[in-house]
Order: sequence, then structure tokens, then C-alpha cells
Amino acid sequence: MTTSTMSPSAPLRLAAPGTGSSSAPVWFVFGGVFAVAWLLVELNGGQFMTVDNLQNMAVRSVALGLVAVGQTIVLIGGSLDLSVAYMVSVTAVSASFVMQGDPDRMALGIAVTLALGVGVGLVNGLVITRLRINAFIATLGTSLVMSGILNALFTNFTGSVPREFQALGYNALGPVPVAVLLLLAVVALAWYTLRRTRFGYHLYAVGGSAEVARLSGVRTDRVVVTAHVLCSLTAVLTGLFLVSRLRSGAPWVGPDGGYDLESIAAAVVGGTALAGGRGTVAGTLAGVLILAVVDQVFNEFEVNAFLKTLIRGVIIVGAVALYALRNRRDEEVF
Amino acid sequence: MTVTAPPPATAAPERSASRAWRLLRAVPPIWLVLAAVIVLIAWRNPTFVEPAPFLAFLRRCAPLAVLAAGQVFVIIAGEFDLSVGALVTAVVVVAARLSDGDAGNTWWLIPLLLAGGALVGLVNGLVTTRLRVPSFIATLGMLLVLSGAVFLWSGGAPRGSLADNFRQFGRFGVEIPGLGQLPYAVLILVAIGVGLWLLLSHTRFGHQVYAAGGNPRAAGLSGVDVRRVRTAAFVISGLSAVVAGVLLGGFTGVTAEAGVGYEFQAIAAVVLGGAVLGGGRGSVGAALAGALTLQSVFTLLNLLGLAKSLRDAVQGLIIIGAAAYAAHRLRRSG
Repeated sequence: MTTSTMSPSAPLRLAAPGTGSSSAPVWFVFGGVFAVAWLLVELNGGQFMTVDNLQNMAVRSVALGLVAVGQTIVLIGGSLDLSVAYMVSVTAVSASFVMQGDPDRMALGIAVTLALGVGVGLVNGLVITRLRINAFIATLGTSLVMSGILNALFTNFTGSVPREFQALGYNALGPVPVAVLLLLAVVALAWYTLRRTRFGYHLYAVGGSAEVARLSGVRTDRVVVTAHVLCSLTAVLTGLFLVSRLRSGAPWVGPDGGYDLESIAAAVVGGTALAGGRGTVAGTLAGVLILAVVDQVFNEFEVNAFLKTLIRGVIIVGAVALYALRNRRDEEVF
Repeated sequence: MTVTAPPPATAAPERSASRAWRLLRAVPPIWLVLAAVIVLIAWRNPTFVEPAPFLAFLRRCAPLAVLAAGQVFVIIAGEFDLSVGALVTAVVVVAARLSDGDAGNTWWLIPLLLAGGALVGLVNGLVTTRLRVPSFIATLGMLLVLSGAVFLWSGGAPRGSLADNFRQFGRFGVEIPGLGQLPYAVLILVAIGVGLWLLLSHTRFGHQVYAAGGNPRAAGLSGVDVRRVRTAAFVISGLSAVVAGVLLGGFTGVTAEAGVGYEFQAIAAVVLGGAVLGGGRGSVGAALAGALTLQSVFTLLNLLGLAKSLRDAVQGLIIIGAAAYAAHRLRRSG
């Protein structure tokens, strides 16, 4: 049953030997979704390809996109990070709390949040590798700890960021928003890290088989810890972007955005394997954009928020089912 | 460091002490933790261990304990069920609208809800095993679909109310002379706990669940229909979520947030009980003990006057600690 699907998909899967599959099919799906969305909106008498619309979609992709890149990195390493939502909140609150609307304290605020990101990433990574706890439980635990401390200290919007800092959320270079440039830079950096550095190759090896990687001389624990630090740092960037849009941070901005499960969903829609060892940041970017285009169409048609949630669930499962069908030959035979 | 052999000429009391120690070590550690927490609570509040308050405590535990007893099947089979929280909410909201305060509706409503829960479990199972979508994503999708569909149907907010004979399961009990009221919820919890324990530990199906999670390939080769066993585990989890929803609806009444966070609490309870994410290990009894421990820790922290938010933080630390201990034991036993 499984061998019959082997030959047609073989050439595609050889696109990127050794480092997981190519992101081409996801971009293909994105193209299809984009075309259908365009057609639907135009048939409805609306305009899809306006600068406003495209900017809107791009900016909406930034918050999820940044953290989804980090999530992709840990997923490739065979791990998972459920604490990113509260990392986003911790960043947003501590940035606006430290800055207090003072432009001179911007650098300090950014430094504090980056330090917090490194700290949380280290804790996540060390708890997973040293105590040998499943990443799901470990990051659920650290997430609860962060939420508890944050909610005990702050109950509402706290402090504010200076107007200069809001440039990150609102300014544009020509037609391209600054935030979109930030996202593209992070994607490019992550791509380079995964495909051109020793760490990247080790990460795919660890995610594919930690035991084999270890026996081949990879310091697997170090790789996983590094991946978690990078992931927390992307959550910090999402938090900084959000607080620059909102002007002030509150403890619920992260969980309300659902960044924990949504970032995992986006990465998986983008072709990253939850089991590790396979995935690309370009694919994740496509996954995020697919979700953003669908959202834009929902808004255009003023779809009920609950129907939106429902359809989102179907899309996420459907996309993953499609990839699973393609990769069937890799699966275990029962 | 496992069991140090006693020197030949040990005094009698010392030997019996070591026997007691060995006996103690045969008990799953979660029961000892539970006992310790209950002793601590009783020390702060001696009335807690009197029959009536203790039964009230057990009634409060019942929904989470039933959820954990169902979730443990899915976890042992090597999967996750993230949809149970949304299912609990769905049960409460659907029951309120269909019951509409009319006692005559209850007799068909409960079988209908159970059928719905079984269907949700079946879909989770089939999407996971047939479409090969990782259960994390499949049940995440189900979470989105359920929470979208239920509120789409009920128009955004729960409507209607639960009939008294529907609420009695979570609220009332049978009068027992000399003991006070024995809540139905506790009876239901005991019945389900014993039933599921027998199913998991004393039937062919139960052994197959362990086999399917411990080593699916070996299980498949020795004739276990892994996909069917895993699907059945999801159905059990769905049914237990319905029971939990009925109990919770009776106890707390109708809210749109009835089941929020229960999926993570159920998984945490199962892990506290020594189950290992990834499958093959765990038991119904220990999962129940995990749920009781989680709830009793909440009670204790409440007694100590800790804020709700800090309770979250402590819960996070406990989850990490329990998982670390389980991992440590697993390594030591090879």
C-alpha cells in the first residue's frame, strides 16, 4: 500500500538532500490560496490587490511570523515551545515598564527584554536536556511560571513605549513597512543559520535522530539549548513589535494572540514535521502568509468570528493531512 | 543505589524498617505526594478531613479526575488529546440550550451528549490514524472547530439553562445516615475510575493500548491493530470529557469558559501520575491520584493565602518537578 506512492514523489523529495524537504509545495499552496482569495474578493466586487490590503496582510503576518520562525527552529530540533505566548507578554510588559515613555530608555528596555529572552530560552533548554523532560511538559511548566509571576506583578497595561519606538510598528520605507523588513531579515538570518552553519546541520541531525547525532559526535544538548534560546528571542521580537503597535504592554497580549499553538500550527502548515528533523523557515513563512490571506478574506466577507475559528481548524488539519499523504512512504508500517 | 542489601547481622527493628521502606517504594510515588499534601492541608485546617468537607473536595476534583482517567488512555497509546477542554465547554453550552431548564429533556440529552463525545473522539482518532495527522495538530484542529461551531450555533454566548435533574449529578448526592451527603459526582468518579482501571489493566484491549504506545511497530507485527486501538483511546477520552462536562455544568453552572485550560490540566495530572508523553507508561489509578494531587495543591495554596496567579506559577514548578522525577526513575530502572 505504501510502496505505490513511492515513485511519483521521489524527485520532489530529493530537492534538498540531508536537510529536510523543500518549501516549494507550500509556496505552491500559498499561490493557490492567494489566487482563490483574489478571485473571491474581486467577484464579490471588492479589491484585493491594493497597497493597503497587501500592507495590512503583511503587517498582520509579522507578529505570528517572527515567533513562528523560532518555533520552526525548535521543531526541527525535535523539541517544542509552548511558552512563547507568555514570553511575548513578558516582553511587551517589561519593555513598556522599563521604557516608561522615555526615548533615552529605549536601548535599556530592548536590552532587558533580550536578556529575559535568553534567560527563558536557557531555562527551557536546560530543563528539557538536563532533567530529560518532554518539551511539551517542560515549556507548559515554564509558561505557567511566567504567567503566574507576570499576573501577580501586573494586572493591566503598564507603562508605555516612546513615540520613537512606535516607528517599528507603524513606519514604512516607501511601500514596505519597517516591521515587514524586520520579519524578512529574521527569516533570512534563520535560513542562513539552518542551511549554512554547522549549528543548522546539527539541528536537523538532532531532530532526525538524537541518538544517531550523539553517536556521530554532535553535542545534542547544546544544540537543543541553543535552539530554545533562538526561539525565545524570536518571541521577544514579536513582543517588541506588539508593544510598539499597542504603545503599552499588558499580561494578556501573548495568550490572547494564541501565539503558542498558532506558531506551531503555522510551522506545521508550512511543512515542518512535529517529530523533528524536517522543515524550512521559508515554508513557515508561506504557512503564516496562508493563514493571513485566509484571515483577510474572512474580513472582506465579514465572516462571523466563530465561523473563522472553525474554518481555521479545518484548514490546519487539512493542510497537514495533505502533506502526510504526500510523505506516506516515510511513515511507519503498522 | 537501588536496594542496598542489609548486612547479615542487622537488628530486628532495623530489618522491619527496611521492609517498610521497600513496601513504601512499591507504592506509586504520586500517592505519597497526595497523602503528604492532604496531611499539610489537614494541619492548616483540621476540618478538611472530616467526611463532609472531604467529600465536597472529592466532588470538586471529579471533573478533572474523570478527564485525566480518559486522557491517560490516549497518552499511554502514544498520542495527545488537546480537544477535551473545548469538548467540556461544548457539552455545557449544548446541554444548556437543549435542556432549556426542562427536566423532561434530560433522559435523551445525556445519551445524545455521550454519542457526540464518542463522535468527537472517533474523528480525532481517524484523522490521527488514517490521515496521519499528528494528534497534536488533529486535536488542536478539533479544539478550534468545536469552540467555533458551538458558539456559532449558540450565537456567541451560552443560552438556556440546565434542568435540575441534569444538574443533580454535579451538585447533589444521596443522603447517608451518619455520613451526610454522598455526592453523585463522587459515586460517578469511583464507578468510572474502577471501570477504566479494569479496562486498562485487566483486559486484552488494555494491554494493546500499552503495546501500541510502547512500541507501535512491534505491536503491529504481533497482530495488534494499532490504529484501531489508538482510535478507541480517543473515543474513551471523548466520552470522559462528556462526563466531566456534565459534572462541571451541574457544579459550576453554564459559562462560556467552563472547560478553559482543562486540556492542559488533564495532561498535567496524567504526567504527575508518572505517565510518560510518548506512550507506553502510565495507569488509571496514578492519573486519578495526579488529578487529586493537583486539586489538593490548589486547595493548599488557597489555604496559605496565595494569589490565584501565583498558584499558576507553583503549578508550573510542580509539573516540571514531577516530570523530572518520573524521567529520573525511568532512567534508573533502565
